[in-house]
Amino acid sequence: MKTQIRLSGTGGQGIIKIAVILADAALYDGFNAVQSQAYGPESRGGASKGEVVISDTEIFYPKVELPDIVLCLSQEACDKYAYDIRSGGILLIDSQHCSVDMEKLQGVNIYASPIISTAKTVIGNPLCVNTVALGTLVSLTNTVSKDAVLMAMEDNFKTKILPLNIQAYEEGRKLCMKLLQENKRRAKAMERLKRRPSK
Amino acid sequence: MQTAYKKYFRDNLPHIWCPGCGNGIVMGAFARAIEMLDYDKDEVLVVSGIGCSSRITGYLDFNTLHTAHGRALAFATGAKVAEPRLKTFVIMGDGDAAAIGGNHFIHACRRNIDITTIIINNNIYGMTGGQFSPLTPKGRKATTAPYGNIDRSFDIVDLSKGAGATYIARGDVFHAFRLSYLIAEAARHKGFSVVEAVSTCPISYGRHNKFKGAADMVNYLKKRTIALNRASRMNPEALEGKIITGIFYESEDEEYCDAFERLEASVKKGARK
Amino acid sequence: MTKAKKPKLLQGNIACAMGAIKAGATFFGGYPITPSTEIAEYMAAQLPKAGGRFMQMEDEIASIGAIIGASCVGHKSFTATSGPGFSLMQELIGYACNAEIPIVIANVMRSGPSTGLPTLPAAQDVMQARWGTHGDHSIIAISPYSVKETYIQTIKAFNLAEKYRTPVIILMDEKIGHLREGFDVSDDEIPEIIQRKRTLDKENYIPYENTPSMVPEFIPLGCGARYHITGLTHNEKGFYTQKSDEVEKFLFRIYDKIEKNKEDICEYEMFEMDDAEVVIVSYGSVARSAKEAVSKLRASNVKAGLIRLITLWPFNDTLIYEKCHGKKLVLMPEMNLGQLSLEVERAIKDTPFYSLHGAKADLIDPKVMADKVISLLKERGEV
Repeated sequence: MKTQIRLSGTGGQGIIKIAVILADAALYDGFNAVQSQAYGPESRGGASKGEVVISDTEIFYPKVELPDIVLCLSQEACDKYAYDIRSGGILLIDSQHCSVDMEKLQGVNIYASPIISTAKTVIGNPLCVNTVALGTLVSLTNTVSKDAVLMAMEDNFKTKILPLNIQAYEEGRKLCMKLLQENKRRAKAMERLKRRPSK
Repeated sequence: MQTAYKKYFRDNLPHIWCPGCGNGIVMGAFARAIEMLDYDKDEVLVVSGIGCSSRITGYLDFNTLHTAHGRALAFATGAKVAEPRLKTFVIMGDGDAAAIGGNHFIHACRRNIDITTIIINNNIYGMTGGQFSPLTPKGRKATTAPYGNIDRSFDIVDLSKGAGATYIARGDVFHAFRLSYLIAEAARHKGFSVVEAVSTCPISYGRHNKFKGAADMVNYLKKRTIALNRASRMNPEALEGKIITGIFYESEDEEYCDAFERLEASVKKGARK
Repeated sequence: MTKAKKPKLLQGNIACAMGAIKAGATFFGGYPITPSTEIAEYMAAQLPKAGGRFMQMEDEIASIGAIIGASCVGHKSFTATSGPGFSLMQELIGYACNAEIPIVIANVMRSGPSTGLPTLPAAQDVMQARWGTHGDHSIIAISPYSVKETYIQTIKAFNLAEKYRTPVIILMDEKIGHLREGFDVSDDEIPEIIQRKRTLDKENYIPYENTPSMVPEFIPLGCGARYHITGLTHNEKGFYTQKSDEVEKFLFRIYDKIEKNKEDICEYEMFEMDDAEVVIVSYGSVARSAKEAVSKLRASNVKAGLIRLITLWPFNDTLIYEKCHGKKLVLMPEMNLGQLSLEVERAIKDTPFYSLHGAKADLIDPKVMADKVISLLKERGEV
């Protein structure tokens, strides 16, 4: 069983950092994991991409061939990295900064959530956008256990900024809960709509 | 050769230099300087680049490292940082030090590593047959400046000062014993020291620039050199065309290998916490 | 999984730096360049704790000069660079070959020529590693394909440099350098650390003595032997010579000490080769694609196998001939326009040979490799 995850956004959002945490968490869960990245000359700005392949067998090819899960935190990242996701895959985008062409994403489970504004307004630190996204993504996909993510975060953040990032992760998890509730509501509404006799 | 200094030479002379070349005089001055310093031969590392001057390392009975063109200071820096106990000397020519090795030279000055650097300045690339160097005076002729050199030349003293050397001297091959003294003082100085040894190349430089021969060139040095103390009391017009010699600059600053020790001590202390 | 048992998530570049420290490196001289910089950063942080010294030099020429200097006085020395920096180092790589000074150079390859694509991978420096410096010589170059192998092979690179008194080049690429994966090495997997053979006989020391081993014994400069090291062609005593018989002896010795010890030096991995009819020859990060491609081919009933070269130079032509001879075809994918392919093609003689060039500054897709094999088999009427 192999899970291919692509995380993308703008340079400076900490995309690579959460790719590392995700891969590290997978190791805690006893899987094999490989994390690779593509980056341009920019340390800040420009499109940034981190990839994680998680598997219970040895991983040779380190790149994502057909993504199961894609995260996009900027429009540029959406345009570049969202559309080759497999049918039935999960696409998480920022609801205020990204829009996608639904026509081209038939059969994909698309979730849009205010990740960037949550980092800014709820956490009060835009630098936490990556861990908010991580919280939403992990809760949404269950690729790795929460326990493993917490241990991996402990390994990859300095003690000083760890609590803030755990808080951000929790906020991300809440965003996921909201998304799932909304989905339920929407599904119910759809059903109601279907049950209503047509005129 | 005076027997007192014979012990500093390997048994492989005669050397390759032309009659009247200043390199042998600098080599002799260097051997005398080591005698004054009373260093153990096993503790002395002499590093050279490429060119006529660089062949000095082949004749001296120390630990000798004949490197690549311009790179003597890079090699010497690695050796000195790895083994600070070695009394490290670098001998380079003017093209070697100021052209191809110019970058290594200014950065060695900047680091203030305890290396004594002797730049033998004969104003020309001698080994390749007389091309102009960054120390060929403007207007002089060379095989690659047949109509006269239009490049401005470096002043090694100013260059070293600007780059951060903490001991800077200039001597010449006419005043060979004084040169020994300047080299010995440079070695005693803790930090990066530069000694420019103004030298002569009768074959590749002199012949193209109206010098009648080796003796004429040495006489030229005798007439043109002027001690720093005296020069400081003369006006610029009178100093036109003169070669000022002496110790130009001496200052104290943290030496590079000492800085390493300080860093290592603080890293260890940090690890204990 | 508990922290103690979990494999560490480690980057290739860091594994390289850790390997160097494990091998006993006590001097690093380098200059920042993408995508190798993490190696220098790790050395700067860790070398002082390990009793070594890190220097950031003024350029790559100074870097290699400094590590040669440090090695001359007896220290295991190391530098890391990429493309343009590797070009700048070429002259002094030749110096270290000529003067037989052990050094290790990691070149984390990026796409070129010139500044090229600093953040993207390639394997475009393979021939440069072999022939970049002027003059006849041999060289050892190793190309690891995983984070763990980078660690182990870095240690071996130091061992080979010490054993054969020669520069050893670790040819990584951006993909391997920046890849992170689980790293778990047990003690028995770590190679025994080798030191260059030293002699204590200072009085009768002949620094470049011709011995049957072809590798002269070493006394560090500054330890009482007071000898001469030069980049000039030299006789056994280390002094310049232009006597034709001495020149010839010298040149053959520094060449043969490597070329005639391939069995000791060269490493490789065989993957699914037992019954293979089609062979992929590969190295470095592209070999990961190749393994995936072999699995894909096997799944579609093509008996494919992989020879993965770990040592690129000296080139293991005997192995390639023996393992490829009589196969249906041999494919060599490379992240360049065909470099080591030239050697493989030469070595396999009459076996059908094809190269697959990767010029996209990225790994070659395993599917592209597998499709290529299938289309070639069809073309040749083999399926």
